[in-house]
Order: sequence, then C-alpha cells, then structure tokens
Amino acid sequence: MSFLIDCPLCGPRETGEYRYGGELQTRPLPDSPVSTWSAYLYERTNVAGIERAWWFHRAGCRRWFQVERDTRTNEVIRVGWTLPALTTGAGADG
Amino acid sequence: MIGPLRRWRVMRPQQRKSSYDVVIVGGGVHGLAIAYELARRGVRDVAVLEKQYIGAGGSGRNTAIIRSNYRTPEGVAFYDESVRIYEGLAVELGFNVLFSQHGHLTLAHTDAAVAGLRVRAEVNQLQGVDSVVIDRDEIRKIAPALDLSDHPRYPIHAALFHPPGGIIRHDAVVWGYARRAQEMGVHIHQGVEVTAIDLADGRIAGVQTTDGPIRAGTVVNATAGWASTIAAMAGVRLPIVTHPLQALVTEPLKPFLDPVLVSATLHVYVSQTDRGELVIGAEIDPYASYSHRSTLAFMETSAAHVLELLPSVAGVRVLRQWAGICDMTPDFSPIIGPVPDVPGFILDVGWGTYGFKAGPVAGRRVAELIATGTTPPVLAPFSIERFATGSLIGEKAAAAVSH
Ligand SMILES: Cc1cc2nc3c(=O)[nH]c(=O)nc-3n(C[C@H](O)[C@H](O)[C@H](O)COP(=O)(O)OP(=O)(O)OC[C@H]3O[C@@H](n4cnc5c(N)ncnc54)[C@H](O)[C@@H]3O)c2cc1C
Ligand SMILES: [Zn+2]
Repeated sequence: MSFLIDCPLCGPRETGEYRYGGELQTRPLPDSPVSTWSAYLYERTNVAGIERAWWFHRAGCRRWFQVERDTRTNEVIRVGWTLPALTTGAGADG
Repeated sequence: MIGPLRRWRVMRPQQRKSSYDVVIVGGGVHGLAIAYELARRGVRDVAVLEKQYIGAGGSGRNTAIIRSNYRTPEGVAFYDESVRIYEGLAVELGFNVLFSQHGHLTLAHTDAAVAGLRVRAEVNQLQGVDSVVIDRDEIRKIAPALDLSDHPRYPIHAALFHPPGGIIRHDAVVWGYARRAQEMGVHIHQGVEVTAIDLADGRIAGVQTTDGPIRAGTVVNATAGWASTIAAMAGVRLPIVTHPLQALVTEPLKPFLDPVLVSATLHVYVSQTDRGELVIGAEIDPYASYSHRSTLAFMETSAAHVLELLPSVAGVRVLRQWAGICDMTPDFSPIIGPVPDVPGFILDVGWGTYGFKAGPVAGRRVAELIATGTTPPVLAPFSIERFATGSLIGEKAAAAVSH
C-alpha cells in the first residue's frame, strides 16, 4: 500500500495489513442529551493535518493501537497503545 | 472543440471586487453549476473562488459515470433530474460535453446480489427510470467480451441494465459551465484560496482569502473533499470523512465495450471511452486522507479484477493512474442546504465518490434555494438535520463501488 505503519508489537508493515478505526473521540456520558450522542456518532473533525486515530493490526498481532499521522501526506509521526487526544478542534473532548 | 477552447483561453481574468452577494468556495462542477444557475435566475453578483484551477478537484479526476439507478426513492428522483439536464447540457451551454449514453451494467455474482438488484430495479421503475434485471443471455448480447462462463471464481448470474447510463467528458462539463457563467457576468477567480470565514452576530459576513478579504452575505461550501476544512472556518463540524479514490486508464483499444461494467463483488468498474481507453476504478482507500498519491496496490488489484471480467484485455498497457479525494458521509448521500446555526452558510457537500453526475441538479436546485430562500422538495431529504433526527438515506448498496 501507500505507506508503512510501525505496529508497537510487530514493527513496520504496509497499510494493507491494518484496518483504520477512525479519529480519536471521547465517548459522552451515558445521560448526555441525544444531540450530544448524535454528534458523537456522526460528526468528525476530519482534519487536513495532524490526526490521531485508531488502527487495528488485522493481519498481524490483532491489537488496536493509535497512530499520529499527517493526513495531507500520510507521514506517520508516532504510534502508541494510547496517545493523548489533540485538544484543537471542537470535538476533541466530545 | 478548438474554437470554444481558444475563446476560453483568451478570456480575460476578471478584476476582483471587495464584495459580492454570493461567494462560492470551490471551482468544481458543483460550484460552477450553482454560479451558472444563479446567473440564469438573474443573481449575477456572484464569485467562484478556486484555490487551484477550475476542475482541479474531483471534477477533473473522476471516471465520469452518469446514471440514476440508485436504491432509495429520494436518491433516484434526484439523480434522474440530473441525467435529464445532462442530456440537454451540450445544447444548453453551447459546448460539446460528449455525453455517451451507452448503458450501464451492474453485475451480480451471488444470489444475494441478484435480490438486491431486483429491489433496485423495482425502485427505479416506480420512478420511471429505465432499469431492468437481465440474465446471462441478454448480458452476452450487450457485452460479449465479458467472461460469462462458469469458470471464474465469481461467475456472473445476472445484471441490472440501465440504458440511459453512460460516460461524459468531465473537463468539458467544467469548462462549459465556467464559460457560460462568466459570459453571464459571474466572476471566477482561480488561484484564490479561502483561509477564513467572517461571521457577524453569528451570520455570514464574508471570507478572508490569499488575495484579501471579500464581503458576502451568502457563502456556499462546494469544496467536496475539503468540505470539512471550510465548514470548520464557520465553526461547523460535518458528518464527513475524506478518503482517497483512485483510477487508472489503459492505452486505447478498438471499440469493444459499450456499457459501463460494475462489479461490487470484485470491487471494480470499467468503461471504454470514445477514444478507446479503458477507464478503471475501485472503492475508496479505506482510511482518511487528503493525499493525492496513487498506489501500486490499487493498480495490481484492480487490474487483476478487470481480468476476471474481461480476460481478453490481458497484456494491455496502463497509461497512467491518479487519485482524488472524496467527502464520504455515513449514508452515501450528499448534505445540501442551509446550516441552521449559521445563517448565510450553504452546504453542497458530501459528494463522496458519486457527485459528478449530480452537478447539474445540485447547481439548479441550490441556486433556487439561494434565490428564493426556500428549500426545493427534491433537496429536502438531504439536509444536515437528518443526522440529528436519524433520518438517514441508505444509498450504500447502490453507491459504494459503482460511482
Ligand atoms: C477517481 C474518482 C472517480 C470518480 N468517479 C465518479 C463517477 O464516475 N461518477 C460520479 O458521479 N462521481 C465520481 N467521482 C466523484 C466526483 O468526482 C465528485 O463527487 C465531484 O467531482 C465533486 O465535485 P465538486 O464540484 O463538489 O468538488 P471538486 O471538483 O472536488 O471541487 C472542489 C474545489 O474546491 C477547491 N478548494 C478546496 N479548498 C479550497 C479553499 N480553501 N479555497 C478555495 N478553493 C478550495 C479545490 O481546489 C477544488 O477544485 C469520482 C471521484 C474520484 C476521485
Ligand atoms: Zn502488530
């Protein structure tokens, strides 16, 4: 595929081995209003820039982990089991 | 063709004004069609701002498939109106858009897929759209090059045949709209990037650009793959994720393939242009990205899948491949209309992998919305409020692979 991702367990593998799981979000509290839940379900920052997202190593260790990547270039900046969500963008804190 | 093109090239750049009634961000088929339709309605104080050149986005990168055999009644009504406008567009714009209605075949390789096609045929026929499920013998007459034997891994059982479907010259559509809009007084500014949106008392007041500020009471977001970035400037979050979509084209061959072929099972589609090239496409790359780089994986897998359909094209060379970016929504349907929280901000986005065919109808109806202030019924199902109320429009079955 077009770029490599460094799995925290398996090391660098091509993108095709992974499943993209979407940008990091914070789940609302259970008694949040419906509008909060529908925003959580559908609205995305979809940044043209540095994104933190979930990825799943489906053809390797089958673990979920997080990747910080520039979505304009697909440059992978860092990976980890968990990364702090970016605080820019209205939705970063749900 | 040469005549109009030469006139287009010598068109003088227009002097940018400090204020317009309507500013349209994005010089693709949608932005330009809205501008043209506004001018036709007498709203002529309009500027289209395009950060690169017109057609630089999806409108110059798509595989130009036009059809209306969608799955939902809302979708079918909408795309059908667009096909009808396309049928008369060359005459209307005075520009040959090379629309070839050679038909469109959606192939079914499983019983479940055949059932899905029957549902689509019913929905289509109820709306008066020419669309019918046909068996192998009929498929063979329409597309004799297809491997219709029992040997392939996924034998073809049936197909949805949609005679009015076909392909068009996408650049010509963009140029035709731009030229007519400009002739009618619309300003088109290429190389001008919108960098911020100005709000006053919560409503739209204008935009900041790389060429200075522009005042406007109405700003239209027609930036497709970049839609989230423009919406964020107005404090609006959209239910959109941007994904790359790739295509490739082969060297020209003698005409042998009339209809567009689509196989959801094989994740591939192919058509032959009037120049003889095969245009081949697939599904979106499965991760969010604004990158326009194409990949070897796409070329390998889509070439292999085309060979399962058309074994005779083995050995044909690939001329070039490319990528564009697509604004994917959760229900494979667009988001059109005003943003209730930000008066003056109009969306025409969420065009995903299927928005080129919708340019004419979106242009006409969004212009009507802006000029009259009321939402035309054909647009109503596509409002952004549908996500809050849970009234999504499930077009995935008809739009995930066949764009
Ligand atoms: C490979 C591929 C195949 C496709 N195949 C088909 C198909 O067969 N049939 C079909 O119907 N659809 C298809 N599509 C989808 C179709 O191309 C798009 O939905 C459609 O072109 C969107 O048109 P648009 O005018 O909304 O946006 P675009 O044509 O993408 O135009 C948006 C413009 O906005 C500009 N812009 C972005 N940000 C700014 C800014 N800040 N300031 C100013 N300007 C800005 C961009 O430069 C761009 O030119 C395909 C897409 C791709 C990539
Ligand atoms: Zn791993």
